[in-house]
Amino acid sequence: MSGFLKWLAGLPPLAQIPLVLAAFLIVAGLVIFFVEIAPRSGRRYTVIRLLVCVLAPLAIFLALGSIWWAAAAAAVLGALFFLLDYRSKQGAGYLFQLIGFLSPALFLLAVGLVYPTIATFFKAFMNARGNRFVGFENFIYVFGQESNRVAIINTIIWVLVVPALSTIAGLAYAVFVDKARGEKFLKALVFMPMAISFVGASIIWKFVYDANAAGSPQIGLLNGIITFFGGQPVDFINIAPWNNLFLMVILIWVQTGFAMVVLSAAIKGVPAEQMEAAQLDGTNAWQRFTNVTVPGIRSSLIVVLTTISIASLKVFDIVQTMTGGANGTNVLANAVYAQKLEEGRASAFAVILFILVLPIIIYNVRQMRLQKEIR
Amino acid sequence: MSAVAPIDLPIDRKTEAQLKRGERALERSMARSTKNKLTSKGATIAAIIIAVLWTTPTFGLLITSFRPPELINTSGWWSIFVNPGFTLGNYEAVLTGEATTVTLPQAFINSIVITIPAAIFPLVIASLAAYAFAWIPFKGRNILFIGVFALQVVPIQMALVPLLSLFSRGLNLGGLEVFDGLGAGGNSYGQIWIAHTIFALPLAIFLLHNFISEIPHELIEAARVDGAGHGQTFFRIVLPLAMPAIASFAIFQFLWVWNDLLVALVFADGAVGPITKVLREITGNRGQDWYLLTAGAFVAMIVPLIVFFALQRFFVRGLLAGSTKG
Repeated sequence: MSGFLKWLAGLPPLAQIPLVLAAFLIVAGLVIFFVEIAPRSGRRYTVIRLLVCVLAPLAIFLALGSIWWAAAAAAVLGALFFLLDYRSKQGAGYLFQLIGFLSPALFLLAVGLVYPTIATFFKAFMNARGNRFVGFENFIYVFGQESNRVAIINTIIWVLVVPALSTIAGLAYAVFVDKARGEKFLKALVFMPMAISFVGASIIWKFVYDANAAGSPQIGLLNGIITFFGGQPVDFINIAPWNNLFLMVILIWVQTGFAMVVLSAAIKGVPAEQMEAAQLDGTNAWQRFTNVTVPGIRSSLIVVLTTISIASLKVFDIVQTMTGGANGTNVLANAVYAQKLEEGRASAFAVILFILVLPIIIYNVRQMRLQKEIR
Repeated sequence: MSAVAPIDLPIDRKTEAQLKRGERALERSMARSTKNKLTSKGATIAAIIIAVLWTTPTFGLLITSFRPPELINTSGWWSIFVNPGFTLGNYEAVLTGEATTVTLPQAFINSIVITIPAAIFPLVIASLAAYAFAWIPFKGRNILFIGVFALQVVPIQMALVPLLSLFSRGLNLGGLEVFDGLGAGGNSYGQIWIAHTIFALPLAIFLLHNFISEIPHELIEAARVDGAGHGQTFFRIVLPLAMPAIASFAIFQFLWVWNDLLVALVFADGAVGPITKVLREITGNRGQDWYLLTAGAFVAMIVPLIVFFALQRFFVRGLLAGSTKG
């Protein structure tokens, strides 16, 4: 595989796309083909199954560049798997199909997410080079320094402020746009920031926040307005602690579109009879909104809040592009990146981030289990 | 990381039905002319005000990117009528400049080369897994599926450092070299393709499973009676039926990868850096060179914006994909 990638890297970039896609689709096609013929009975198919069971692990390990006897061990395991499959209660070929469908995804997840996550937990208790156990030293470093505590507190503030404000803005806009002319076009305008990268969004807002010395012409929109009314220019990005709020505005600006689209669909899904009944009872628009619409879309509101909370916890690009974490604007996700050469400390930051996300994971897994039980 | 993410949380039946109803109402109202809709002047004005507020920052940047550098630095873009000036020079400068380790056109190509395979790999792998989760009964299926689902909330920051060392140094298990690293050097897209594929899998499996498990049981049974194995059922029945879900996830994954900065900073070294990375470099080193920044930002934005405006309907539908299940 490293040989293939090396050969590929030597080609012109655009030529690499069809080649790597073709290679990938051939492998995927082979998997589907063997899965298809796996459950067929007859000696021929049994032999094919045996060959695949032995040769596929061998080929994979050789492709990954392991030494030959690791590959041989894999081949032996493959043969054992063949026997297991052969005697499977659901008939020969059943396990083979299952593994064919699931193993690519599960293998990648195990290698790329499960193993690294566990490794990070251990690395958080090791020194920078990962070869000596240091106990809680990394965490003492994280909690002991003012700047690191600021990063943790900032992350928490992000999670509290951004979901709330973007949901409110999105909800308000969804309500207005529901009764507005040119709904489609107006929606697209607010939704558009979602297509822009956080880096692009940061540049857009950097320009809004830009400040020049007093007296010289302002080119940032906000300072342009302030000086027009005779005020002194404000260096929005550098005045702690308010600069955090100005960075949050960027994420709110982006996420409002998301909240708006989901909540707009939810509002349109509130049964018209309920609204009409409330109208007949003589309620005004605000009363209808608080007593009929909001309770009606409660669960959609929770979904939107949770989704944006996750996004706010992981916010990285905005802080990295706007300030790089300077001037008291650091957040956990950026601290992990900034400390990437100090593996122990980076891991400690990542673990703290994980602990903050944990309640959201637990809540959603519980929701999921409830759903599975109902079905 | 980009901003776009479909609803990726489990939703109860009632909410699901509600969102579905709303989405249908939305599409109906779009099909009909908007005239016979109940509109209110106040709401229209309020909506327009918010829309203008939301659009102004982008609009300002767009105008600025066409103004000559000396005007950009001495007057606000809103004074364009007082200080007129138009140039394509900024775009020329940013497209030919060597302000960064990688030139912008090169980075643009890098973004394309990274994004297309990184959008297709996870879709194929995830649809295979989603099929197994939906239609092959096995012990521990629910637990395993919930485990995969939980992984999507795990911050990828947790995985970055170990994954990087896995790619570069390989894996040793008790002196036994299981994997000797990709070792393809700094000019390979290999690492970043694989990293993006892995990080996209949990969400892709979750969303596609929602869709694939809703395919009528009779269809799958009929295929089986006709002698199709799981391979044919998957390829001939499930894949074509799941195309809308696959397409809308493909759009998201495309935008996600195109707009990503974090994974690119860690896994795309040197010559393979995508456009977001180069943009950040320009911002960092030359924070005051607005003529480069504004034009560069628009070069980077043009692809996602085209995708967005061309495929807006799928985009909205895909956003609700986790909830409405086709």
